[in-house]
Amino acid sequence: MTSVSIKNLDLNFGSVKVLKQLNLEIDHGEFLVLLGASGCGKSTLLNCIAGLLEVSDGQIHINDKNVTWEEPSDRGIGMVFQSYALYPQMTVKGNLSFGLKNARVPKDEIESRVARAAEILQIEPLLHRKPAALSGGQRQRVAIGRALVRDVDVFLFDEPLSNLDAKLRADLRVEIKRLHQKLHNTMIYVTHDQVEAMTLADRIAIMKEGLIQQLDSPAEIYNRPVNKYVADFIGSPSMNFLDGDMSTKGKFKTGGTEIDLGNYEFVDGPIGAPVWFGFRPEHVIVGEAATSQPFSTKVVAEIVEPMGSDTLVWTSIENQPFRVRVDGQASIKTGDEFLLGFDPARASIFDKENELRV
Amino acid sequence: MTNSSSNTTVEMTGPRGAKPKRALSPRNIMIYGVLLVVACYYLLPLYVMIATSLKGMPEIRLGNIFAPPVDITFEPWVKAWSQACTGLNCEGLSRGFWNSVRILIPSVAISILIASVNGYALANWKFKGAEVFFTILIFGAFIPYQIMIYPMVIFLRELGLFGKLGGLVLVHTVFGMPILTLLFRNYFTSLPEELFKAARVDGAGFWGIYFRIMLPMSIPIFVVAMILQVTGIWNDFLFGVIYTKPDAYPMTVQLNNIVNSVQGVKEYNVNMAATLLTGVVPLVIYFASGKLFVRGIAAGAVKG
Ligand SMILES: Nc1ncnc2c1ncn2[C@@H]1O[C@H](COP(=O)(O)OP(=O)(O)OP(=O)(O)O)[C@@H](O)[C@H]1O
Ligand SMILES: [Mg+2]
Repeated sequence: MTSVSIKNLDLNFGSVKVLKQLNLEIDHGEFLVLLGASGCGKSTLLNCIAGLLEVSDGQIHINDKNVTWEEPSDRGIGMVFQSYALYPQMTVKGNLSFGLKNARVPKDEIESRVARAAEILQIEPLLHRKPAALSGGQRQRVAIGRALVRDVDVFLFDEPLSNLDAKLRADLRVEIKRLHQKLHNTMIYVTHDQVEAMTLADRIAIMKEGLIQQLDSPAEIYNRPVNKYVADFIGSPSMNFLDGDMSTKGKFKTGGTEIDLGNYEFVDGPIGAPVWFGFRPEHVIVGEAATSQPFSTKVVAEIVEPMGSDTLVWTSIENQPFRVRVDGQASIKTGDEFLLGFDPARASIFDKENELRV
Repeated sequence: MTNSSSNTTVEMTGPRGAKPKRALSPRNIMIYGVLLVVACYYLLPLYVMIATSLKGMPEIRLGNIFAPPVDITFEPWVKAWSQACTGLNCEGLSRGFWNSVRILIPSVAISILIASVNGYALANWKFKGAEVFFTILIFGAFIPYQIMIYPMVIFLRELGLFGKLGGLVLVHTVFGMPILTLLFRNYFTSLPEELFKAARVDGAGFWGIYFRIMLPMSIPIFVVAMILQVTGIWNDFLFGVIYTKPDAYPMTVQLNNIVNSVQGVKEYNVNMAATLLTGVVPLVIYFASGKLFVRGIAAGAVKG
């Protein structure tokens, strides 16, 4: 049984097609993160699910009921907005109970639900304050509470943490995760923060220009991206790409360098065509240990960027930039020559023509 | 120097802290001088009016209009309010005042109510034809209303409202609509859209959102609209003359009739008092709500 199911969804703003034949099935209790570059249609999709935008074509089902024409309040969803969107003239309590009053919930029921939400989110001391007298983190908690009191099956979050500073963001991220484990609601969460996506999601949907590129678990998306866009988008620093071909079976060749692909898992057999050879900077091994890797080569450090916990070293292989992430304690300096090695089994290879994984 | 950022006292010479300002710089003299002259220029007529209204006729005949009143008398004010004659009746301005009040209150209330709902619907509920409707309204704001006077006369006659206070209320409501709707629409568009969305998710309907969410956040713009309407309607002369009969004339029309009446001597003091009395209402409104007015203008009226 699916919780939210989107079928052939189209959404146009006038002549601009924002969502194109989008299909998505979300299970009960699943935490789905929508991730994508700015303007790819994440908020638009969320607004469609919430019923705040009228879809141009297609259907939306929530709990196996077709809600395509239903009002937002009748869909069994709660929504948390980026700008909190708290009603400024009402107290926190007023904000929390507004939806319940509209639904004509009896008074004592409202009281108990507000009390429960306030307890879960630890905002009891704030109940009689106005939103203007709250900090950003507290406001966001109230905004979550407003969705919480309505006892909905599906939570929609539109970049709820992006207005907060880094530390608070990390704290609230954990709180949202804890909330999900406690409530087991379905959650659809929009972000363009990769860390949020990787840590929170059961599954991540990577979107580009109104289309879902890949819908998979975070590990699968990280390790086996289906196309070059996803590979490039996920991971920080992003993946290295070497331009070459695979005319010799099982071997990748770029310039004078040949990499034996050994036990790389091909999607459908090795092809003999121009390809991108993608490799994550953090999977490269440097120094003595590199010699034991299936592939190793000598390179020169061109730029060294220390970042505390680790250091990013820019080098090149066959005149193509190649980034390597090494331990923060490593003693590589600009101009140093060093040995790097890696296991091609961890690479991602993409056909140059259609940019799909091979 | 291992700890340069600690709280040890550091030797400092030369300029430090806020730059001192001289009170009597040439620049200040210039600014305040010009402001003073301009203020006097605008206040002088008011002074003349007040001074004249407090003088008796013999004093006025001396012809010294700038001289302060020697013998202060409130007789002209009383006469202007309750005894001045227009044609046959000699009830003074009081009847016009009450007529104006009876016109003002419903016109202001109805026009603001309708225009705010219009603006809210246009800003937040993207209904079919909203764009067309809005364009027509904007167009209406720029048509000189003199063009519509005669059609309006016929329209009111057909409704049976011609010459009645109700007719004038209708006219004021209709003519205030374009600019007020524009004002409210712009204000409501400037409010965060997510608030509206949140209220919809919370199950509030068209009126629920209007009364519970939008209205409490829009007090400044309501004040602006009220001031615009009160001054506009109170100062209106043309519509009052055209669409009402003598016993329903608003204060401005009656003032005109008193000042321009040709019988007997011209009582300048009574005329001045009558004029001041007529201008009092908009003035009071301005003074009472000046701050809110500025805030409302800054908040919504100029944003688009
Ligand atoms: N009301 C509108 N009229 C026309 N185009 C719109 C409208 N709203 C959004 N768009 C367009 O739709 C596309 C998707 O917008 P959307 O807000 O869904 O992006 P997003 O993925 O949420 O981006 P971000 O991460 O910046 O929030 C954008 O290209 C945007 O310009
Ligand atoms: Mg967005």
